[in-house]
Amino acid sequence: MDIVLQQLVNGLTLGSVYGLIAIGYTMVYGIIGMINFAHGDVYMVSAYLTAISIALLTFFGVQSFPFIIFGALVFTIVITGAYGWVIERVAYRPLRNSSRLSVLISAIGMSLILQNYVQLSQGPNQQGVPTLLSGAFRFYVGDGFVQITYMKVMILLIAFTGMAVLTYIIQKTKLGRMCRATQQDRKMASILGIDTDKVISSVFVIGSAMAALAGVLVTLDYGAFDFYIGFIMGIKAFTAAVLGGIGSLPGAMLGGIILGLSESLFAGLVSSDYKDVFSFSLLVLILIIRPSGLLGKPAVEKV
Amino acid sequence: MTTLMEFKEVDVHYGPIQALKKVSLTVDEGEIVTMIGANGAGKSTLLMSIFGQPRISSGEIIYRGEDISQKSAHYVASHGLAQSPEGRRIFPSMSVEENLLMGTIPIGMQHADEDMKRMFELFPRLEERRNQRASTMSGGEQQMLAIARALMSRPKLLLLDEPSLGLAPIIVKQIFEILKDVASTGMTIFLVEQNANHALKLADRGYVMVNGEIRLTGTGAELLLNPEVREAYLGGH
Ligand SMILES: Nc1ncnc2c1ncn2[C@@H]1O[C@H](COP(=O)(O)OP(=O)(O)O)[C@@H](O)[C@H]1O
Ligand SMILES: [Mg+2]
Repeated sequence: MDIVLQQLVNGLTLGSVYGLIAIGYTMVYGIIGMINFAHGDVYMVSAYLTAISIALLTFFGVQSFPFIIFGALVFTIVITGAYGWVIERVAYRPLRNSSRLSVLISAIGMSLILQNYVQLSQGPNQQGVPTLLSGAFRFYVGDGFVQITYMKVMILLIAFTGMAVLTYIIQKTKLGRMCRATQQDRKMASILGIDTDKVISSVFVIGSAMAALAGVLVTLDYGAFDFYIGFIMGIKAFTAAVLGGIGSLPGAMLGGIILGLSESLFAGLVSSDYKDVFSFSLLVLILIIRPSGLLGKPAVEKV
Repeated sequence: MTTLMEFKEVDVHYGPIQALKKVSLTVDEGEIVTMIGANGAGKSTLLMSIFGQPRISSGEIIYRGEDISQKSAHYVASHGLAQSPEGRRIFPSMSVEENLLMGTIPIGMQHADEDMKRMFELFPRLEERRNQRASTMSGGEQQMLAIARALMSRPKLLLLDEPSLGLAPIIVKQIFEILKDVASTGMTIFLVEQNANHALKLADRGYVMVNGEIRLTGTGAELLLNPEVREAYLGGH
């Protein structure tokens, strides 16, 4: 019983992280109909930026945890967002009217460039950040207990706040309406006076910013990272986006939570060695049985 | 009368196919001008070329003294041209209100409430459905929404692409009555239509397009009486 509860708590935190990263896949797919293969690497870059921001803040004598996390979030989100903007400019916009295959190759190339650039500039070895927040809440259940670290509580709070803010932006603001209009009918959007290139840029920036949010939280919690972490995390988040229905924003968040929960339950109850295999099998299964996902519309065109 | 928009010898190609051939026309301020033509004549191509989609291959599109033929669509839209396009192209998963707000992009939100109220007076059906998803509305309501959305940008020139397309005669009649009201406010309208009867009755002047070329021009009344027009577009009676 306590192990199920414990894994549900772990799964929810993991799932909120998947959800944050899945948002980037789903929004980019929604607006240009392509999978951004460099998105996992954007997440990876944000892990390095988190470490850099913590080093900088400590160097300038910032000691208190709330200031460090706030500073790391702002620094990492802004710079990672800029990465997203550049990626769209370099790898996508020049190919706006090219075949899907060209865009696919360009995106994979961008992914390789980011990995190699980070490997060369930061070194191939695993790096880490110190633990800044320790301690946990414990709840006794029967003979055992369920534990949730302060760090995980913070992840949940910040991740869900991020998702709520984004949902508000998309549903209620002018920028959000412009994103949805461009997604539903790009040509009509332009006839109504929307600069659709700018909207597409902002979608890349928003998606990268959400990945950066996840990157800061995971890096602070887990501590270690290397230039290759974007690959596995990317596939997991992509699975979440497909599970929820690629193109659907609530779908990405829901898909993330469901994937995180089921993966954690699988790890706790069956085998933690095979949890990645579990997730990838889930991806294959969804693609076979219900490619439109839980909340997505049936696809007209297959990638 | 000052000329608001002028096409000067405009050609448009889709690959090897030439869709518009040396098309010249003018729309003066305050006028209602129509272009009638059969399916495939090039009417939609003409309206979309104003927004550079497709780009014209030669000629000029002069709007208020400036050649806009190489400008971006959002530039054109933000300078007072609004279109209710063929097939309506409303945003299906947005509400009626949100669709109307999409019309305010060129001018900002400062008049949004007032203008929305005006649209609901013009199209009472839209007010009843203001919070409904646009995709759940009937074809006629969607057409009204597309026209209202275009009007929300307070355009200097309203472009309409076959507002009668696929609608029952009674709805078409309603829509043309509303267009008459819009025209009476002094709005300049350029309307392309297959429904020659309604269009020519509404318009001050008209053009007839055949296979991408302008075949005839005259006042609405003249064209209604023209034997060639009667034969080809008014069922011969
Ligand atoms: N995107 C396109 N690609 C190729 N040909 C097109 C395209 N759009 C229209 N055409 C062709 O251009 C001609 C004019 O079409 P259109 O402007 O839609 O006419 P209308 O609106 O009068 O029915 C037609 O022959 C049509 O087949
Ligand atoms: Mg047409």
